[in-house]
Amino acid sequence: MVKLTINGRDIKAAEGTTILYAARENNIYIPTLCSNEAVAPYGACRLCLVEIKTARGRERLVTSCIYLVEEGLNVQTDTEKIRKIRRMLLELLLARCPDSEVVQDLAKKAGLDKTRFVEQTGNNKCILCANCARTCEEVVGVAAISLAKRGVEREMTTPFSEDFSEACIGCGSCSYSCPTGAISMEDKNSTRVIKWPHNTMEFKLKKCSVCGQYWAPEKQIEYIAKISGTPISDYDKCPDCRE
Amino acid sequence: MAKLKSPGELEALRSSILKKRDPDKPCITVCNGTGCQAYGSKSIMAAFQDEVKKQNLGAKVDVKAIGCPGFCERGTLVVIKPKDIFYQRVRVKDVPEILSETIGKGNVVNRLLYTDRTTNVKVTREGEVPFYKRQMRLIIGNNGLIDPTSIDDYLAIGGYTALAKALKMSPEQIIDEVKKSGLRGRGGAGFPTGNKWETTRKAHGDTKYVICNADEGDPGAFMDRSLVEGNPHSVLEGMIIGAYAIGSHEGYIYVRNEYPLAVRHMRIAIEQAEAYGLLGENILGSGFSFNIKIKRGGGAFVCGESTALMASLEGRVGEPRAKYIHTSEQGLWGKPSNLNNVETWANVPLIINRGGDWYAKIGTKGSKGTKIFALVGNISNTGLVEVPMGTTLREIVFDIGGGIPKGRKFKAVQTGGPSGGMIPESLLDLPVDFDELTRAGSMMGSGGMIVMDDKTCMVDMARYYTTFLEGESCGKCLPCREGLRQMKYILDGITEGRGKEGDIGLLEELSATLIDASLCALGNTAPNPVMSTIRHFRDEYEAHIKEKKCPAGVCTFEAVKVK
Repeated sequence: MVKLTINGRDIKAAEGTTILYAARENNIYIPTLCSNEAVAPYGACRLCLVEIKTARGRERLVTSCIYLVEEGLNVQTDTEKIRKIRRMLLELLLARCPDSEVVQDLAKKAGLDKTRFVEQTGNNKCILCANCARTCEEVVGVAAISLAKRGVEREMTTPFSEDFSEACIGCGSCSYSCPTGAISMEDKNSTRVIKWPHNTMEFKLKKCSVCGQYWAPEKQIEYIAKISGTPISDYDKCPDCRE
Repeated sequence: MAKLKSPGELEALRSSILKKRDPDKPCITVCNGTGCQAYGSKSIMAAFQDEVKKQNLGAKVDVKAIGCPGFCERGTLVVIKPKDIFYQRVRVKDVPEILSETIGKGNVVNRLLYTDRTTNVKVTREGEVPFYKRQMRLIIGNNGLIDPTSIDDYLAIGGYTALAKALKMSPEQIIDEVKKSGLRGRGGAGFPTGNKWETTRKAHGDTKYVICNADEGDPGAFMDRSLVEGNPHSVLEGMIIGAYAIGSHEGYIYVRNEYPLAVRHMRIAIEQAEAYGLLGENILGSGFSFNIKIKRGGGAFVCGESTALMASLEGRVGEPRAKYIHTSEQGLWGKPSNLNNVETWANVPLIINRGGDWYAKIGTKGSKGTKIFALVGNISNTGLVEVPMGTTLREIVFDIGGGIPKGRKFKAVQTGGPSGGMIPESLLDLPVDFDELTRAGSMMGSGGMIVMDDKTCMVDMARYYTTFLEGESCGKCLPCREGLRQMKYILDGITEGRGKEGDIGLLEELSATLIDASLCALGNTAPNPVMSTIRHFRDEYEAHIKEKKCPAGVCTFEAVKVK
């Protein structure tokens, strides 16, 4: 175990833990949008910046979602400097995603109700944190979507920005991992509809041979059968009807 | 060619090369750098070769294509050795006369000589040209002496002696020598090279990489290109010495694909060094092996950043990552990796040959050696300038650069590339080194130096650089991507007459956030053009915002008037 202090509190955390998770385990709030336990740290939204002072006395700002705890580390999560940076980041986010309730809530918490910057149009709630693409690649293993282009042109998209991503299995992990609700997913009878900021895809759902419920996209079942090496017939029944 | 198996064999080869050469035989050198090629140096080269045949002068003269010696303003440059007769602005039509007069009769062609603007006197020899005279051309000077595609030429001027010497030293001794020299990274950050080597040497793991950053991306900067084009072996020699000191057996040169001549010359250099046994297995019989591969970059500015460069080398998207663990510990493919810039590598043979103590005598307290600058913009003598660290901006701009053309006044000089800062006239006596430039709100960067005259609008310049950076930001982190987008909106507004009260304050707030919160150095330094112009030229911002006037007469506010 590593001993450190966060906001003056003595804390113990397992080696290899990030400051962010050490804080969370101790009910210390650090705002974040792009951090997700399922995927490798990325450090894009910068909301989780904290001030640290190392045992050797070096002071700096670090992203708590990446920086690992170390012995004698002194962390401050809510200084005036940090609050100022977060307010500015949220102001930029409000301009990028004026319609995102999540961003509005975070901004309100930081004492902001509007932005001084030019607001983007088009009801785009995507903050480009890449949680969806990273989950798709690192967890699901299909990399059906990714970020394309750079800078202000950057966008989350399908390969070659085509309407349809052939690799997509319709699992919806992107939607679950999206922190701002920019990706929605809805199952209507035999069809699953996933809406991304740039396009919409539909997937045929498989019907359970016993109860008749539609329970998973056919492409996802084919993918699971393939990677697990099990026959497709194993998936005739939904999990509830299996013995 | 059989591989050289010992330093003795290298020396024997060098002697045999030198024996075959007559130092008194005239040699016409034609600059074949990218700049002079644009002036048509390839046809001039061909014309010389044809004309030598026609005038039957083959026995009397050699013709050689050389790398860029630096005085790009006056290209195509032709120098006739050994007398160093300097002809400038040479065109194909001048070729027969140069041969018949200078080579045939020993006369100088007066109209092709350079005229010193201050004295109006014609200068005959290259070394007497004021542009060169005030420089200290330890690194770039060799460009003028060799055909970059000939390893024999490099050997003839003492090439690879440093490697032979280094292989007899211990890695620790080499690192000590580099540390003693005080050499700091020429790519921009100025990190002490010896320390970096030491960290990589001491890092855990058997596989270590040595990388050369030739992804020069600053607008107006071309010193690295000219070094790779003009003297690729000096970079290779530095890398081999570095690899031996660090304990690496695999190296990469990451060079942008927009530098085709640099790529070609480096490829030839690697093949030649391998053929001579100076690169590859068992170098000079020392038992040390090292291989180098060239990787071409796709033209993203951000790939000059170390972690983005390594991601790109791995075949991934060139985006930076947080560097809480240094690349010298975990870099390329997670292995300890030592990345240095082209010019840094090119300094290494010099340090090994002449010693760290000798090198440390050049420059200032914190910045040793020379630095090559690409002097461009509103300047009389556009070109590459190599001066000792600590030379003042005034000496560079006026004494070497010849001042501002068309009788205009100096206004500012931008150092450090697009994310550097603008330095005003009041700071012209600033000695140029890593620390002084940072203190002035700019930075050394890789050595771009863009001079601006009084017809330049500083707000417009800030807008230009911000636009460049907005386009080159990778977009991974929020402050850099969205911050630069908004910064550009505000600057567009000010330069188009839509500036509001409070814009300057908002720019300052945004800048502070980018500096503190961005993921990599691109975002951390991106506010420099805005911050430095607000600091030194605030009145111009105010004139735009309050009076809707552009003091330099660059910005037009028609859009506002129409409304």
